Order: sequence, then C-alpha cells, then structure tokens
Amino acid sequence: MSALQDSLHTFGPQAGHILDLWRLTLLICTAVFTLVLLGFLYAIWRAPKAGPHTPPDLGAFEHSEPTLQRNVIAAVIVSAALLLVLVGASVWTDRVLAQMSLRDALHVQVTAHQWWWEIQYDDAQPARVFTTANELHVPVGRPVVLTLKSDDVIHSFWVPNLAGKKDLIPGRTAQMQFRADKAGVYRGQCAEFCGYQHAWMAFLVVADEPSRYEAWAAGQRQAPPPPADPVAARGMRIFLGSTCVMCHNIAGTDASARKAPDLSHLGSRQTLAAGALPNNAEKLAAWIAEPQKIKPGVNMPAHAFAPDDLHALVVYLESLK
Amino acid sequence: MKRLRLIGVLAWLLGSLAGCDRETRQFETPPHDASAAHATATSVLAPGPYPPAASTPASAASAAPPQQRVDHPYEDNAYAVSQGKRLFRWYNCSGCHGNGGGNMGPPLMDDKWIYGSAPQQIVDTILHGRPNGMPAFAGRIPEDQVWQIAAYVRSMSGQLRFDVEPSRSDSLSPGEPEQRRSPEHPKAVAEH
Repeated sequence: MSALQDSLHTFGPQAGHILDLWRLTLLICTAVFTLVLLGFLYAIWRAPKAGPHTPPDLGAFEHSEPTLQRNVIAAVIVSAALLLVLVGASVWTDRVLAQMSLRDALHVQVTAHQWWWEIQYDDAQPARVFTTANELHVPVGRPVVLTLKSDDVIHSFWVPNLAGKKDLIPGRTAQMQFRADKAGVYRGQCAEFCGYQHAWMAFLVVADEPSRYEAWAAGQRQAPPPPADPVAARGMRIFLGSTCVMCHNIAGTDASARKAPDLSHLGSRQTLAAGALPNNAEKLAAWIAEPQKIKPGVNMPAHAFAPDDLHALVVYLESLK
Repeated sequence: MKRLRLIGVLAWLLGSLAGCDRETRQFETPPHDASAAHATATSVLAPGPYPPAASTPASAASAAPPQQRVDHPYEDNAYAVSQGKRLFRWYNCSGCHGNGGGNMGPPLMDDKWIYGSAPQQIVDTILHGRPNGMPAFAGRIPEDQVWQIAAYVRSMSGQLRFDVEPSRSDSLSPGEPEQRRSPEHPKAVAEH
C-alpha cells in the first residue's frame, strides 16, 4: 500500500525524458515570468510623477522612440525563440520516447474495466499465457510493451514514476512502452474520470530483479494446488457452489468466468479491490460481505454468508498463493 | 393567455419531477443469501405422495405462478434496467437467447410468452429454470440482479416505459435499441 507515486522521482527512461522536458519548461517559464515581473516593477518605479493639472504627454505621436521600439522587437523575438525551443524540446522528447529499444521486450495486455485492471502476460506459447489483476510485475531493465484496451468506458493508464499517461479507449487498441531501471513498488492510477470509483481504480507495478520476476511468473502459470486444509477445502466448495463462479476465474477449478478479477493467485497480491484495501483476511471478509460500503457502485454484489462459511471462503481465497 | 401559459409551464415542471426517480442509483441492495440451499423445481411433478402435503416454496412458485402483474420498482428505473442489460451479457443469456432474438432458447423480444410475461414469472423462470433447457440460476445470481435482468427482458419487447428502456448500445452492431421498438402485446401460448 505504501507504494511510490511521484512524477518528480523517476525510475525509468520514459518518465526521465518527460521529467527533463518538464524541468526545461519550468525553467524557461520561470525565467520569463521573473523578467516580466521585474520590468513591470521598474515601470511602476520610474512612472512620471504627474499631477491633476499636468497636460497629457503626447510626445509619442510627434516623434518616434527608437530605443523603446528596439526593446519591444527584441522581446518579441526572444519570446518566439523560447517558444520554438519548447516546441523543439517537445518533439524531441516524443521521438526519444518512441525510440526506446524494444529488444527482448515483455508483452503485456492491459484491459481496463470499471473499476479494475485485467493484466494478461502474452507469450508465443499459448500455454504460458497467464492472467492476473491490479498488479503488474515487470523485470528490472527489460523493456515492457503494453497493449491497452478498455471493456467499457475511457480509462487512462498512468504510473508517474515510470512513464506518461495513455488512454484506453473502448473499441481501440493503444500501445505504450516503458522500462523500470530500479527494483521497487510503484503505484499507478486511472487518470481519466471513468465513473463512481475512478479514484479507487489503482494498481501496483512491482519491478523485480529478472530472476525473481521469472520465479513469480512461473508460479502464476501454475494452477493453485487443491486445498489440503479441510477449512480451505470447504471454502472452495462454497466458492464453486455460489454466485462467485458467475464472474470470477480460479485456474484448475470449474470457476472460469472472465467478467471479474482473476482470483487464481489472490493470496499473493498486496491489495484488494484495485488498491482500495490491503490484502488480509479481515479486509477480504468485509469486502465479500459488503462491497458497496467500500466502493459504492462497484459491480460486485453483497453476500450474506453464514459467519463460518465466510471464514472458510476467506481461508480458501487467501491460500491461493 | 399569459396565465394559461404559466400554468402550462408549471404543469410541465411538475410533470418532469416525476422523472427524477428514473436515474436513482441504489447501490446497497439486500445481500444475497448465498448459503441457503435452493430447491430447483422445473415441473409440478415431484416425487412422493400426491397431493403433496406441504409443498416447498420453490415448487409452489412453479406450480402456481402468480398471475397478477407485480409492479417492481426496478421497472421505473433506467439505471437498474441498464444494469440488467449488462448482466444479460455477463451471464451469457445471449448464448441461448441470441440478444433476445432467440436461438436454442425462445426469442424474448416477441409477443409469445410460454411461462408468462409478468415480472414475477420471469424471475421464477430465471431462478428455478424451465423444462427443455432453461437452467436454474437460484443461488448463482443474486435475487436483486435477477429482478434487474427480468426488467431488462421485459424492455426487449417494449413492456416498460419509453424513457426507462435502454437506448443505443455500446457495441459495434447494436441493432435497434430497446427504446425504439414498438411494444408487443404479450399473449400466452400453449407449451410445446
């Protein structure tokens, strides 16, 4: 939950280039603003001290003021040149962003839903494709190509520490690429208003050393083992016999719906409900029983399980590592 | 003349107040009792002595479906009907009912209703299933969602108010919106 979300501390080349452009723009704008203010103060200070009976100064109509004219022309030329510098820097930044090397890139499809993120790791071998939700794991130093789609309305994918924003538009496919150069957990957020729970449509990007990433991905590709613990086994029967199976998927079981987050490895995630809650048994039970209290308007219905049934269900779901 | 116009405007404003409920969004619905075991009856025929001494609620609902039309609050609420439309897609009702046009299952947008067109009858059909293929969804779909789906099913043949029925769909080939269809007049047909 205590993940970094800050566009002024960058941990990848894409966000770094954007930060450089931001700094240049800030520098130029601050300098121009300061100069304009100084000129303004000087004009006030040297204002002619006129009284109520002083005749109006019409000198400018009778003879030209070459010094003032020169100053105005110079200021216009400098302003135009500075604006051109900013345009040039923008175009250059855009080119650099698009030219990041994509050799040996990791390809991931991100589909936005109201209000969560579906994350599918592509692979040339179909059996190695796997799906997770609200947590994007990437290896450090390896470029990542995201294919962005939306299931319902327009959303926007934004991890300030790693890259800029990109909209996910229904019926269209967008692409973006980034690289994380330092291991860490970075918070991402939907950046386009998408309905009631737009603010709670967050996700985490977990950047790991390549070996740790590979170990994690290998674990995600495996279906979770059938529960050995009798309470968890009971929880699994409750899951498969109730409304949960209508929307959720758990690999290796009969639950194979794809309308809600994939729960195959729910226990290994850090948050619940797209960053709204830390992932622990107590919060999970509260979420299952009264999701509308936590995220009003969310598509998950409330469930009145008997307390021991709810406990078994939570034990089962948290055991899915 | 001026006064008449003023009264007209006032009446129009008052009338538009009635439309306020159309978009009310009620998020906290009664929680679905997921633990209860649901008996599924698709027929009046049941094992045991005849006549059954005390019928279970499920078989009673199936044996004597309420004939009177039950007005449900969801039928005046455009948000609930659009939720019903989303759930119709989510739960793959179109797999058999083909967007209401029918395929393996009967069409839902015409005027023929084998098991009745009242909201309660549609809810019973979804919850307890019907012979020849309609599965029972009791215990799988929360009951308030079933009511939303039933409201949407009725909107397919224009049984709801015009301003409550869903308008244009989001899909690429949406067909004629529910709102624009001319209302059908339901008639019961003999079971085949």
